[in-house]
Amino acid sequence: MTHKKSYFLNMGPAHPAMHGVIRLVLELDGERILNTEVEIGYLHRAFEKHTETETWSNAVPYTDRLNYVSPLINNSAFCCAVETVAGVSIPERVRYLRVIASEISRVADHLTCVGASAMELGAFTVFLYLMEGREYLYQLIDCLCGARVTTDYARLGGVKGDLPEGFAERFRAVAPKIRKVVADSEALLNRNRIFLDRVEGVGVISQADALAYGITGPFLRSTGVAYDVRRAHPYLVYDRLDFEVPVGTRGDNLDRYLVRLAEIEQSLRIVEQCFAQMPEGPVALSPWEMKDAFTFEDMGKAGSTALLPRCLAKTCRTLDGSGRDKAAGVRADEPALVLPSKEEVYGSIEGLMNQFEAVMWSWGMRVPAGEAYHAVEGGNGELGFHVVSDGSDRAYRVRCRPPCLFIMAALPQMLNGGYVADVVATFGSVNMIAGELDR
Amino acid sequence: MKFETRTVAPALVLDELRQLKTDGYNVLVDLTAVDYSLYGRCRGRMGWEENFPAGAPQPRPHRFEVVYRLAGIDPAAGLESRARLEVRVPYDDGAVLLSVMSIWPNADWLEREVWDMFGIRFEDRPDIKRLLLYESFQGHPLRKDYPLKRRQPLIGPESGELPGSPSFNIVRQEIPFE
Repeated sequence: MTHKKSYFLNMGPAHPAMHGVIRLVLELDGERILNTEVEIGYLHRAFEKHTETETWSNAVPYTDRLNYVSPLINNSAFCCAVETVAGVSIPERVRYLRVIASEISRVADHLTCVGASAMELGAFTVFLYLMEGREYLYQLIDCLCGARVTTDYARLGGVKGDLPEGFAERFRAVAPKIRKVVADSEALLNRNRIFLDRVEGVGVISQADALAYGITGPFLRSTGVAYDVRRAHPYLVYDRLDFEVPVGTRGDNLDRYLVRLAEIEQSLRIVEQCFAQMPEGPVALSPWEMKDAFTFEDMGKAGSTALLPRCLAKTCRTLDGSGRDKAAGVRADEPALVLPSKEEVYGSIEGLMNQFEAVMWSWGMRVPAGEAYHAVEGGNGELGFHVVSDGSDRAYRVRCRPPCLFIMAALPQMLNGGYVADVVATFGSVNMIAGELDR
Repeated sequence: MKFETRTVAPALVLDELRQLKTDGYNVLVDLTAVDYSLYGRCRGRMGWEENFPAGAPQPRPHRFEVVYRLAGIDPAAGLESRARLEVRVPYDDGAVLLSVMSIWPNADWLEREVWDMFGIRFEDRPDIKRLLLYESFQGHPLRKDYPLKRRQPLIGPESGELPGSPSFNIVRQEIPFE
């Protein structure tokens, strides 16, 4: 009996079909994969160590860089976790705003994933269509928080600002465009022989394996488990929203693609419902107590200075005086924890003092000692933050549970026994985001 | 998110978690650790005195706590059939902690990450090597005594040293010719 040697193929860390820097070492027999080893960590940026050294609110921008395809979800997940430790309850409107931001971000995430993985299988048109759809969403996100990718929208105890003028109308104009690019892509792909041959029955993972590996999100749902953190542990206002959890049956690349496209529709529905349900304007909210400027001055003269930090003076805040009320409604009533809005900082001495107290090192923003774990449904699955506070002005420890780490750990399961050409198809459907994987 | 917390001695981890798995906790959601060595100590983490206006919390008796986060997901309903469970294992350097890789395969990477970041060694498992950092990295960065700005020695051909360990561990195998 003759023997032949297997040989190794090194894919990555910088490979054109890899979405991030990651290295796969494949042991091949001809074109068949015998063994896979995944090497990660090329994008390690010490997120968890960094958060221990920065004040609480300074850690929020770092979360943008975790899953940089859906940063808004990370922002609100981290803020929700810190608010759980602090025991702060956020205004009703903020809950809706975070849900709207998260769902827009989720659509962008799915569009990117489906578009990029279709492109790797040759469907470049689909990629361009879906990127066009994502561009519309990025413009929405841009007008919401002033940045397209590194959004930093959620703040501890609130969000950066209220919806801009006419946001709902803009969204209603964008949603049909998204539906159209999705429908176009489905028309191009769903019955396309070339695409189906590459994805159907490829990269299969069984339901039992997916659970054993701790996989969540669209990946788990494609195996037929209708598990969704938004359904199992409703956070923010998801218990009041009507949405379906699409599931697949086979757990292959095709099912993951179909589940993601179906979720886009559900996310658009959720945003529509939020616009309908959201309490209007700052009336229903709990802004800080507003007092006329002269009352404020009298309080100071009368010696009741302890009350001053909890009140706001009704004066012309900014040079033009606009925008003041909009920001007052989207922060929790916790001056000790919540950064004041920029209008307050630049427009009033109390806002400026609050801002300084909040950002001064070893002085500002305190979160009471305690621990919490808060999980949200991220683009790839359960995104959890385990936050430990010792009562000082910085996090004692922050652990991010990245959803795609668990999928990447199971990648050898899906690749072994398949062909080397299928690596790209399967890897594309994983939607690995290196920023989140390596933190 | 609501969950129950349970503390388990390091020696009993494997048995306890195996029992929990048969009780219906079928998913290991997360495995991580927390270094409590500076918890509640006023001598600052950042190199100066910490300021605790509300009073410093109680220091913990053990240096580390390893946290296993379990969930029981019912595949048919898509919901969790029981409340989530957080198993906390107090750990000090030198204690023996058995790997739970045999119960949940994803513990492989998670244990490697905990070893990488905290230097907590899991026994009775193959191939414990760093997950995110490189093999010649010195120290374990999420320990509280790891200085923030510590410089690492230069590695690679520039340093004049040959690479010591292979960067991957697949064992080359002989395949019978069909």
